[in-house]
Amino acid sequence: MQAHQRMLDSTTNGLHSGESPLLRTIGLTKRYGDFLANDAIDIDIWPTEIHALLGENGAGKSTLVKAIYGLIQPSAGQICWQGQPIVLSGPSEARSRGIGMVFQHFSLFDNLTVAENVALGLDGKESFKDMSARLEQVSKTYGLSLDPKREVWQLSVGERQRIEIVRALMQDPQFLILDEPTAVLTPQEADQLFVVLERLKAEGRAILYISHKLEEVKRLCDTATILRGGKKVETCNPRLETAASLARMMVGGEIKEVKAAAGRQTTVPRLVVNDLSLAPGEAHGVRLEHISFELKGGEILGIAGVAGNGQDELFAALSGERLSKDPGTIVIEGLAAGHLSITQRRKLGAAFVPEERLGHGTAPRMKLSENALLTGHAASGMVHHGFIDTAATLKTVDRATETFDVRKAKRDPEAASLSGGNLQKFIVGREILRNPAVLVVSQPTWGVDAGAAAVIRQALLDLATAGAAVLVTSQDLDELAEIADRIAVMFHGHLSAPLATSEATREKLGLLMGGSTLEPKEAAHAVGA
Amino acid sequence: MQLVLEKRAERSNTIALISPLIAIGLTIVTMVILFAILGKNPLLALHAYFIAPLTDSYSLQEIAVKATPLVMIAIGLSLCYLANAWNIGAEGQFLIGAVAGSWIAVKTQGTDAGVWVLPVMLVLAAAAGALYALIPAICKVKFGASEILTSLMLVYVADLFLDYLVRGPWRDPHGFNFPTTAEFDPVATVPLLIEGGRLHLGSIIALLVVAAAVILLGRTIKGFEIRVVGAAPRAARFGGFNSNQLIILTFAVSGALAGLAGIIEVAGPVGHLQPGISPGYGFTAIIVAFLGRLNPLGILIAGLFLALTFIGGEQAQIAMKIPLDVTKVFQGILLFYVLACDSLILYRFKLVFPNRQVPRGAG
Repeated sequence: MQAHQRMLDSTTNGLHSGESPLLRTIGLTKRYGDFLANDAIDIDIWPTEIHALLGENGAGKSTLVKAIYGLIQPSAGQICWQGQPIVLSGPSEARSRGIGMVFQHFSLFDNLTVAENVALGLDGKESFKDMSARLEQVSKTYGLSLDPKREVWQLSVGERQRIEIVRALMQDPQFLILDEPTAVLTPQEADQLFVVLERLKAEGRAILYISHKLEEVKRLCDTATILRGGKKVETCNPRLETAASLARMMVGGEIKEVKAAAGRQTTVPRLVVNDLSLAPGEAHGVRLEHISFELKGGEILGIAGVAGNGQDELFAALSGERLSKDPGTIVIEGLAAGHLSITQRRKLGAAFVPEERLGHGTAPRMKLSENALLTGHAASGMVHHGFIDTAATLKTVDRATETFDVRKAKRDPEAASLSGGNLQKFIVGREILRNPAVLVVSQPTWGVDAGAAAVIRQALLDLATAGAAVLVTSQDLDELAEIADRIAVMFHGHLSAPLATSEATREKLGLLMGGSTLEPKEAAHAVGA
Repeated sequence: MQLVLEKRAERSNTIALISPLIAIGLTIVTMVILFAILGKNPLLALHAYFIAPLTDSYSLQEIAVKATPLVMIAIGLSLCYLANAWNIGAEGQFLIGAVAGSWIAVKTQGTDAGVWVLPVMLVLAAAAGALYALIPAICKVKFGASEILTSLMLVYVADLFLDYLVRGPWRDPHGFNFPTTAEFDPVATVPLLIEGGRLHLGSIIALLVVAAAVILLGRTIKGFEIRVVGAAPRAARFGGFNSNQLIILTFAVSGALAGLAGIIEVAGPVGHLQPGISPGYGFTAIIVAFLGRLNPLGILIAGLFLALTFIGGEQAQIAMKIPLDVTKVFQGILLFYVLACDSLILYRFKLVFPNRQVPRGAG
């Protein structure tokens, strides 16, 4: 298998023969307690190669790259760099050897300039002036345009990512690790990134590209290593595979297709937002600007957009975690609700699922029954005269478990002990079992395994079929295309007019996500859809 | 080989129960060393501290009397701490309660006021303690002032205010210039439970407070709110619970309980208002609250245990000339170990052998 693989690599690139790989892990294992995050992983990375690391959440991708970047020490196994076994004491040693990494979550200081942020991330001794000059030169060379004097909070997410990439490139790495770089980019920005990556590859560098977007991997990567449950499943040439075959290797089986009921009827407007504007609650937050939309029963409206464009603020305003001065800006079931608390909105029939599962959607160290009470205390008969009906809360747990296949070790465990997918199924289930008239969901399947994601999407579709109005905010365009009837895009606190999903091509959505407006004719047409 | 702390998947309920016992064990070991350094026989000292007070009825009653304010204050504090509101000033609320209640006692002194005096004193003391606790709570909610600092500083204000009253306006005219009020009238005194003994009605009130807290935290939505706000503030807001309201509420309740404990102490075992009515009950109650795992029944047990150290400390001082300050050292070390052992609830120790190597010359 390994030999075959080597031949395959050699034939595709024709460059590897006779050399040793740039980086090789042999039996790399990382153990957390009884849990094997990485189980004897062998991976070879060659120069002039873009190597994809594929796998679902929890497959062990992050653990593997953290070990390669020196952030964690492997429990067993070896890392070889240019043929020599090495033990990395930390990321700075990795960087000095020529290993760079761009994290999914940026480590930037909002109130500092681009140049200051880059300077903070470098270990070198060069003067700030020299460093700034080099920064400008590197960003020019690779077409990653950046103004070194601008403060980070003024920049878009795409620009922030550029800082991280330039910062990594300034160390002239031979091997660059990118963790889900396109998760925060518009399709057009992703295309620009791919040009940069191709260029780095042509310079003889190697890139390890972590992703779960299969089309992207097929397009960009020369080799793909697939992890599942901490083990390596396969190393293959992604161009010779189909997206479906890659998905099967990632998931380890077929994924149930999500089916929308045919001929869903839309009914009366159940959630209406009228010219909602709201100042940000915290420094550098996004101001919501004149947001208006109407959502009917039986309908799913998707809100796309790059993270940090006001989606969180919109969720807080819709849920009532932040109140609006003008009651008429938010209308739930025909009643002005802008001034109502989250509890009062729940009593009107609204339900909410926030993006953050632990700490926002649930109290991590409390039992599921208590977390059922968290959102159910207002209107689900769990409280009588101030006293908690424990049996009723447990019943909700049991019903959610049964209906949505929540897997857990015991009847009523702590929320934090569930896997991401199972906890998300519980949270969505908890809200859906209340038969809401309006459901507002943020990132319903973020970081959730494919099986759970399918269950959750199906549940949202079924809820709409039953007559509820569903608002889904997601950064995953494929997800929105799969379940939404219409898609609107958030940019800088503005919400575009919704497009019918059939007309919402990736190109159009990408333009809107980047802040461009569509042709007036087209936009007018879209409103009518 | 390394010893590492490893996060548990779920909190260990077994450890949650035995962690205070481990802490007590470690404290006793430390105390044995300390006694040895002081040149005292550790076994005799431990006997004086922990065994001797349990052997006669007077000491047993005295333990209950000392535990009464500790338990009442600690129950209030535990509500604050569960809600992530850090009331450190129970000592001040205790003193203000004592002052407010004493006001009625002083004003009705020598009149033929009826049995209403004591109930009014209790109510007034609770109200004053609550209002006094609301000062840091409101500063916290309105201006974001650290309640830890403000509540602590108000202790000294209360202390000096009490001092002023008993040295000035309320001083007993027949008291040979001692800074104390006159002995309270019988109608202004907490009745004894046993004729000629020390045990008084306050202990019954403390038990009722424990029972009420058990119900509040275990069965009611308000108790759930308090727990969620402390454990996961953002989830609590999502649940529709207002953390500011709960800061106000828990501070008010804990202030009321501390104030009530203050007047019961003054109108009970002490019998008049004077400086030094509290050997630091308000601070020791912080230890009681944590040693009792912020759980009402745990607090009852912890309160009795800490009361034992007060009584034992006195006996050790009399019998073995061990300084009374050693009792405070003991309580401080105990709090230290309790907090340290708490990490075992969420973490466990593990021996790690990095980079397993084949032992040479083996087999």
